[in-house]
Amino acid sequence: MTAISIPVPRKAVSRKARHETVLFYICIAPFILGILFFDVIPLGASLVLSFTHWDILTAPRWIGLQNYIFAITKDPNFPITLRVTFTYAIVAVPLRLAVALFLAVLLNEATKGVGFFRTAFYMPAIISAVAAAVLWTWLLNPVYGPVDGFLRLFGIQGPQWFTDPHFALWGLVMMAPWGAGGEMLIFLAGLKGIDKQLYEAAELDGAGTLKRFINVTIPMLTPTIFFNLVMSIIGALQSFDTAYVISTARAGTLGGPANSTLFYMLYVYNRAFAGFSMGYASALGWILFAVIMVITLLVLRSSSLWVFYEGERKR
Amino acid sequence: MSATTTSLPSVQVRFYQSKRFQNAIRQIILYVLLVLLSVVFIFPFYWMILASLKTNAQIFLWPPKWIPNPVYWENYVRAFTNPQLPFALFIKNTFILEIGIISGRLLSCILVAYGFARLEAPGKNFWFTVLLATFMMPGILLLIPKYILFNKLGWINTYLPLIVPAWFGESYAIFLMRQFFLTIPRELEEAAVMDGANTYHILRYIIVPLSTPVLAVITVLSFKDIWNSFFEQLIYLNSSTKYTVSIGLAYFNGQFTVDTGALMAASVVMLIPVVIVFFIAQKAFVEGISLTGLTGR
Repeated sequence: MTAISIPVPRKAVSRKARHETVLFYICIAPFILGILFFDVIPLGASLVLSFTHWDILTAPRWIGLQNYIFAITKDPNFPITLRVTFTYAIVAVPLRLAVALFLAVLLNEATKGVGFFRTAFYMPAIISAVAAAVLWTWLLNPVYGPVDGFLRLFGIQGPQWFTDPHFALWGLVMMAPWGAGGEMLIFLAGLKGIDKQLYEAAELDGAGTLKRFINVTIPMLTPTIFFNLVMSIIGALQSFDTAYVISTARAGTLGGPANSTLFYMLYVYNRAFAGFSMGYASALGWILFAVIMVITLLVLRSSSLWVFYEGERKR
Repeated sequence: MSATTTSLPSVQVRFYQSKRFQNAIRQIILYVLLVLLSVVFIFPFYWMILASLKTNAQIFLWPPKWIPNPVYWENYVRAFTNPQLPFALFIKNTFILEIGIISGRLLSCILVAYGFARLEAPGKNFWFTVLLATFMMPGILLLIPKYILFNKLGWINTYLPLIVPAWFGESYAIFLMRQFFLTIPRELEEAAVMDGANTYHILRYIIVPLSTPVLAVITVLSFKDIWNSFFEQLIYLNSSTKYTVSIGLAYFNGQFTVDTGALMAASVVMLIPVVIVFFIAQKAFVEGISLTGLTGR
């Protein structure tokens, strides 16, 4: 260690720097290898595969854009999966975020027992999707379940839920707000960040509770809403676990009954691991990826119209 | 406010218009809503535990019994003694995964995060940008090529496809650790280097002991994610002796629809570890932070 002497010779510095460079690359070597083997190469392979016909057993055959053309123009299941996935996303995402925001506002107002209520609301978000699916099939049991039992108190005959093609998807939608705990915590953090003076100023101007919520809370919270919205849309479009568990057990077929819960990811799974159409499934993956990118970009573009960032000034 | 306005020409403020009364009303409405909603959110858990403690005859009774009488523990026995579905084995299998993934993730991420936090080298910014870019990596596109890769390696129906990638770091954990390492004073390491410590010593005796809060956060979140994970396990594991609790429960749900009591008991068992870890972790975070006092800055 010659580094103690103050006039450091040039060579020693460069040797030390070289030593540090080597050490840096030794440290991050696992990361570089991981990226290469589990991200970069698979991503490239996925793109190439999407232009082939491949059943794993025989050699892959190059078929150009045919997978994409078949999906968009001929595959009868393709529009069904899009309809199911988008219906779910359009209803479940706003519902989930509205409930999350409402719970966060309540928690933010409360002074006593906040910890208890926060835990109660957050608990469903930490349990596994499989356990939640098992639990909800039981809650929505048409004869012995409490939901339809509750409806019967008012003389309403509740639906058959997961065995009725008209209601199965709505049963899954009903589960969405129950698991909104994560989004709720993010909203709560956003609410805590709003300057109290804004509320005091609004109150002096005579704004009531509702007015303050609409004119102070919502605008100040738009960055948080934006974040939650993007993440929830991406998540909803890739829904898999719950629909898989419920449809295979209750309706007996993947995405059943009558394809009413055939989410896009269920169909990709079905093509890849039941049909072993690896090329076609890869193409389906890229189509979903493109759809998610377009929607995310649209939300991003629209954000300048409705997302308010403090410290950013309009010219 | 209203108390200081006595000198003004008196405007009669009735008690229900007073601020205190309105605040009290607000508080009552707030807590009524909180209590009602928390009942709605907790109720499914209560219903599940209730069903797990009833005989099947009682489960299929309407109107339901709200308190199981007598408490029927047989469901838990049946959930664990079903020869076709060894639930105890599924729990053991899941713990193998937990240990394999978490240990690999912690070791590799500590190393990588240390590199990003402390060492200077050409190309560092590029690799850090790559790290941030992987947050947006579309998992759906990697799925099939990874399956084919692991199939070629003969790893299907083993835990290797789930464990091995964890030993190559995980972007989110690396990022969290790097942020934390940056808050550790450099002077500690410089003093240790003076005393002849090498990189291993620095990591082992300075960085890791001071980073317990962030390591605890990553351990707890990983535990939950692995325990709850379904999709990857479903793809890579296909014989029932290899099943984890997630796939085991999904399979149980599909096969033994008649035995609702045992199904509910198995579901309760599946929830217990995550709930316990969640409650312990709340405390561990606070303790970890107060021990080092580093995140308070």
